[in-house]
Amino acid sequence: MPTDTIDIDRSVGDFVYPESHEYDAGYGLTRDTIEYITEVKGEPEWIRDFRLKALDTFLSRPLPTHWASRDLEAIHFDKIRYYLANSQRPTRSWDDVPEDVKRTFERLGIPEQERKFLAGVEAQFDSEAVYSNIKKAVGEQGVIFMGSTEGLKQHPEIFRKWFGKVIPTGDNKFSALNSAVFSGGSFIYVPPGVKVKHPLQAYFRINAENFGQFERTLIIADEGSEVMYMEGCTAPKFETATLHSAVVELVAMKGAKIQYVTVQNWSANVFNLVTKRAIAHEEAEVKWIDCNIGSRLTMKYPGVVLKGRKARGEVLSIALASNGQHQDTGAKMIHAADETTSNIVSKSISVGTGRATYRGLVHVPKHLKHCKNNTECDALLINSHSRTDTYPAITVRGTGNAVQHEASVSQVSAEQIFYMQQRGLSEGQAMSLSVNGFVNDLVRQFPMEYSVELKRLIDLEMEGSVG
Amino acid sequence: MSTAIATTEERPRLNEDDAALILTSGPEEQDNHAFADWFSQLRFEGWKMFQETPLPVRTDEAWRFATIKALDFSEFTRAVPVDESVAAELIARTPGGLAAGGRMIFANDQLISREVHAAALEAQGVIWKPLDQAIVEHQELVSRHFMTQDVVLGSRKFAALHQANVRAGTFLYVPKNTEVALPLETLHWMHGRNASVFPHTLIIVGENSKVTVVDRFESADACEPGFACGVNDLFLEAGAKLTYVNVQNWSRETLAFQINSTVVGRDASAINMALNLGGKYARTESVSRLLGEGGRSDMLALSVAEGSQEFDQRTLQDHRKPATASDLLYKNSLNDQSRTIFAGLIRVEPGAHRTDAYQKVRNLLLSDDAEANSMPGLEILADEVRCTHGATSGQLDSEELFYMLSRGIPRREAQQLIVFGFLNEVIERLGDEKIGNALRELVSKKFAS
Repeated sequence: MPTDTIDIDRSVGDFVYPESHEYDAGYGLTRDTIEYITEVKGEPEWIRDFRLKALDTFLSRPLPTHWASRDLEAIHFDKIRYYLANSQRPTRSWDDVPEDVKRTFERLGIPEQERKFLAGVEAQFDSEAVYSNIKKAVGEQGVIFMGSTEGLKQHPEIFRKWFGKVIPTGDNKFSALNSAVFSGGSFIYVPPGVKVKHPLQAYFRINAENFGQFERTLIIADEGSEVMYMEGCTAPKFETATLHSAVVELVAMKGAKIQYVTVQNWSANVFNLVTKRAIAHEEAEVKWIDCNIGSRLTMKYPGVVLKGRKARGEVLSIALASNGQHQDTGAKMIHAADETTSNIVSKSISVGTGRATYRGLVHVPKHLKHCKNNTECDALLINSHSRTDTYPAITVRGTGNAVQHEASVSQVSAEQIFYMQQRGLSEGQAMSLSVNGFVNDLVRQFPMEYSVELKRLIDLEMEGSVG
Repeated sequence: MSTAIATTEERPRLNEDDAALILTSGPEEQDNHAFADWFSQLRFEGWKMFQETPLPVRTDEAWRFATIKALDFSEFTRAVPVDESVAAELIARTPGGLAAGGRMIFANDQLISREVHAAALEAQGVIWKPLDQAIVEHQELVSRHFMTQDVVLGSRKFAALHQANVRAGTFLYVPKNTEVALPLETLHWMHGRNASVFPHTLIIVGENSKVTVVDRFESADACEPGFACGVNDLFLEAGAKLTYVNVQNWSRETLAFQINSTVVGRDASAINMALNLGGKYARTESVSRLLGEGGRSDMLALSVAEGSQEFDQRTLQDHRKPATASDLLYKNSLNDQSRTIFAGLIRVEPGAHRTDAYQKVRNLLLSDDAEANSMPGLEILADEVRCTHGATSGQLDSEELFYMLSRGIPRREAQQLIVFGFLNEVIERLGDEKIGNALRELVSKKFAS
């Protein structure tokens, strides 16, 4: 069947500009690092205490290698710089953005006209937001959209109420790490009844060797409001491994809807260890759309705690694991009220020596009625050395609930490829078509710009990969 | 990220100083005179392994969801041989009905009855003997297979404990091109409060041979606590066919382990079926290793969980060679505060192309306090495979129930009928009417109790 000679071109997005940092906490992580960060950022006392406590938690926890990849042991925490920034305040207009940063964005193909219909662009360059511009329309709707540091200073009454509540510091070792050294990320508050017309979008970029990025995002959609948030990442290739460990917390109040879209395309040396979770109150809906293409090792299991009656949670996930990559992704659905429903659809593609893992958790506790979960995991194997795993854990207590899980593993059939080659397509094109067909029903649910981008990315990965 | 990382270690009570404990005293001196040197040596190695292997802790993935604190061994003692009157009583109580070609009955790891149509088996060259006899008379065959399969699903310590204490069980060898027409049956009784038993089954089915074996486990007193730690190792050579049925009906207070390994050779076909009825905490580990092209393994289980019973089932479908097939179907019905855990893994090793593997677990929850945990897993390291798994948890179909109620069937009975139908699908897969009926009878009995 499929040839063994697939070779992915990882040099796409593989460029780096000279760095200059005004603030640099140096290598390694100690109490001094935390003191430096809080001082430089001018943060209130409670944040400093929060960080220091999180540091203790981080240091006391072992790496979760009893279930996770041993590749985590390759992270040298003392060789990472935990805080870098070249300006302390996000600049207000595009003109203020440094020229070399703009060049990086241009190389990434973020077209200027795209920004026109995007509600606001917050581009993160290293650990501080460099450019943040909320479109007038969104501001007029009363929507708060800013960096998390500004959020905690300017809107402490909202920020403090939810910060660290969805994902407690001690949730896992890496959420503790993030809580200790976080900087950057977004803070969004959508007032009751407001439906944000345009997706809020943030681009993230890493551009310093050995630099870990620890953004912290908190989104609160108040009663009956609706918002869509998108993040996409690409990163230049570095000499040594870098660490990216974000924490994203979403709160959907009664009847609110949040969609969170991620396209992750870090370069193949990045450890991407992210904790993402949402709380959905009564009749609220939270949808995670998660697409992982890049990184060396990604561990990310977006979750929804279905806290209110009739809340709904959904995770749609696509993972592409190429040579040397391990995409360890999945979903968690914690049912905590009657009539809550959840849906997980995960599709993964393993190419070359790539490994795609689905890890899931579905929990329906006692005395709940009419809860439903549906989980589907499909894996596609391209080469004979490709690997895929599925590790779901499902707990159901009591009667009156329906939970089902299904998974399948398959490959592109030789007949399909042969058929398309007969009609004049190259093997690469045929493979690309097949793979796009495999993910198509999921990609169609993505926002338009992303589905176009995704198709292009898959083409890019597949073309020239069969030879 | 994933599950919260627990740091506190929860170790079951086990105290080295408490010399009375079955688990801390090692093989007995007098036993060693009873066995050949090589076997005594194995027992001591088992004991050493047991001591060196740590007990499971809550953070072990292989023990996820299991109630580890249920593993309290402090009260268990060595089983005492039963006297003649008890033996006679137990023989009388042993259920029949299988029309078996032979039957061995053990009580507290001691043979108390053996009825074998010896002439017929001997004429075919079939060896079916109690383990202690086989150790002496068939040393080469036994030593080549005895406890040679790595225990990979979490109970290495308990397999070592078994090896240290084993003294009873059956050894079956079917030479090539031989079909054993009637099933062979073994029954293990446990007798006495806090008794410990270590039943062993070793089966080697030669090339193109065929045999059916039934192992049954019963407690003399349905309420007495006890400890059972059994191992069954099944070997199928090329083209062999084996149907193995394991009926676990220990007392409701028993702590039970059953560690299975099935090695399937080229074009061989194994059916391994487990019926789990007894036990307070009953853990079964079942591994099918498909080592030859064209091999197939069917893994079937049905568990009827009631009261505060916990059934902990761990499985591995290990595909090592191309064009192998496995099909797992586990069904659990859960009543009262019972719990079930299913953790199954389909592993397709590099190069095991054209694997066809299937895994399905279905939980039927009949009570608001019951809890079903499912962890169906896949690890695929080869392509051109067809692997699917599914796990469902649900309750009685209200329409089915309504239909029966409207025809005057009382609710309790209607419910049992539906559950019975749910479980019967697994029994049907066995394709053996006599054994099927015996299993159905046991399930009905449990419902009636």
